[in-house]
Amino acid sequence: MTRTTPMMSTLSANGLGLRLSKRWILQNVSLEIQSGMVLALIGPNGSGKSSVMRCLAGLWHPTEGEVLIDGQRLDLMRRSIAARHIAYVPQDARLDFEFSVREIVSMGRYAHRGRFQRETNADREAINDAIQRADVVHLSERLITQLSGGERQRVLIARSLATCANILLLDEPTASLDVDHGLDVLELCRSLADEGRAVVIATHDLNAVYRFADQACLIDAGRLIAQGRPSSVLTTENIERVFHVRSEILAATGGNSFLLFHRLN
Amino acid sequence: MQTETKKAKFRTRQLFFLPAVTILVCIFSIVGITVGSTHVDWHVVLRILGAKLLPFWVSSNGVENADQVIIWLIRVPRVIIAAFVGAGLAVAGALMQGLFRNPLAEANTVGVGSGAVLGAIAAFSFGMTTRSAITLPVAAFVGALFALITVYALATRGGVTSVSTLLLSGIALAAFLSAASSLLLSLSVANWEVAQEMVFWMMGGLDRRTWTHVWISAPFILFAIGFAMYYARDLDLLVQGEDAAAAHGVEVESSKRALIVIAALITGSAVAVAGAVGFVGLVVPHMVRIFVGPAHRPLLPASAISGALFVIICDLLARTLRPPTEIRLGIITAGFGAPFFMFLLVRKFRERNG
Repeated sequence: MTRTTPMMSTLSANGLGLRLSKRWILQNVSLEIQSGMVLALIGPNGSGKSSVMRCLAGLWHPTEGEVLIDGQRLDLMRRSIAARHIAYVPQDARLDFEFSVREIVSMGRYAHRGRFQRETNADREAINDAIQRADVVHLSERLITQLSGGERQRVLIARSLATCANILLLDEPTASLDVDHGLDVLELCRSLADEGRAVVIATHDLNAVYRFADQACLIDAGRLIAQGRPSSVLTTENIERVFHVRSEILAATGGNSFLLFHRLN
Repeated sequence: MQTETKKAKFRTRQLFFLPAVTILVCIFSIVGITVGSTHVDWHVVLRILGAKLLPFWVSSNGVENADQVIIWLIRVPRVIIAAFVGAGLAVAGALMQGLFRNPLAEANTVGVGSGAVLGAIAAFSFGMTTRSAITLPVAAFVGALFALITVYALATRGGVTSVSTLLLSGIALAAFLSAASSLLLSLSVANWEVAQEMVFWMMGGLDRRTWTHVWISAPFILFAIGFAMYYARDLDLLVQGEDAAAAHGVEVESSKRALIVIAALITGSAVAVAGAVGFVGLVVPHMVRIFVGPAHRPLLPASAISGALFVIICDLLARTLRPPTEIRLGIITAGFGAPFFMFLLVRKFRERNG
């Protein structure tokens, strides 16, 4: 199995502002992510995590500011070019049509070849590789409509891996997964970053951020509250301010620490 | 392995589907040309067809002139139109299902058929068609396009079209457009011929079709189906949501615009010559998906051929069930299609609740 080592990539957002029907969804959000790193977007429901993700993926054009990929403006790029650099896994996908898992994964290669071109060997290799890494080999001939939520999530991750993009954006990838498979996905993200990809995940799992992320961005009401190493972002003060809960940081085995939450009273 | 044999079986089904249906289309075309109120022997039919298509090899000496007229000027264009209308409506149905991400979308349920009918009736009642026959499909296209854009704007919020909103918007729009058609009809009742032609469109049928009708519909339908093939791969991704599609390289807005125009062009051309023939776009793509799967590259051409077969057979039934009178084609297709639609609807809501 030959795996092309990804080149260095940088994805940066400068002063993003997003206005949808007269309401500012995001204001002045700036962040940067490079190859080899996992960045976690955290914040309460409706804080704007998914909007940041969509802007970073180039699906929504920001009202203010810009998203740059290696210095080039993302909104001026053709979608088929952008899709080779950035892979995005949406939070929920509509899957009413009875595609097989392999067909779904193979769509990750669409941006790599012409409309009427057949699958090349490189395509096939990328697809098989992605199916293996996302641990869906045993599902590959099943229909997507018959899978559980967690299995579907892994199939979508496989599709994003098949693109061989250097930048991976995952919107709440562990939301519908059990502990075991959630851990699988997070470990996969970590190892993809270690191989040289840049990974952004939006998540509610603050403990996962502690363990797997290099950087964290805390968002509340469309604004960036804190940014930096997880331990410096996930302080008891920040957590109380944004999530309105009291938290304790406890030591766990292996030098890790974890968070315990209590109601404010 | 069990999955391996299942996969192999599916592949063979996929491989043999197109040739098998194509052969059936040829057989039923000949049957459709042969069967009719005036008896003509099938070998006479073949000789007439041969003489027209291959004039240097086959001669039509000894064939009665009346037979030639019946076959070549009445039945052949009728079967050709049936084939193109069926192919077009089936492909348009598949396109709309992809566009709305909704297996229940179809010219009838979305109100596009009513838009095309209104366009055709308006062109006819204002006398535009007397100047040039081509105004008819153009007006039907404009009506279909208007209906499709309206229903899309009504039913789609933030790139998501819910099943119930789509169906309700389609019903509301179809009711309005049909009322407008009826209004035009009631204004023209004094002119018997015009009124009769209008009833023809509202019920759908293929009687009194001529070669002119072939020329004003077939080229548009053929072109539009070819153009739709260009967007087959985009559709595979679009049915999984606009975010997913854009993320994998689809220019979502321009693809959607093109698909709306293509679907309206097909529906308009088909309705202009055959009237409101409903449910072809629902029944055919669903049946075809069982054989070739949901990917649009195989689905669109397979739907086209199967749609042709479906309407040729329905028209044959329309002509032969109660001779000498004809049953309207729209009634036959609805007879198959409406129960099928109800079946899909029940299954859909069972899934939701179960």
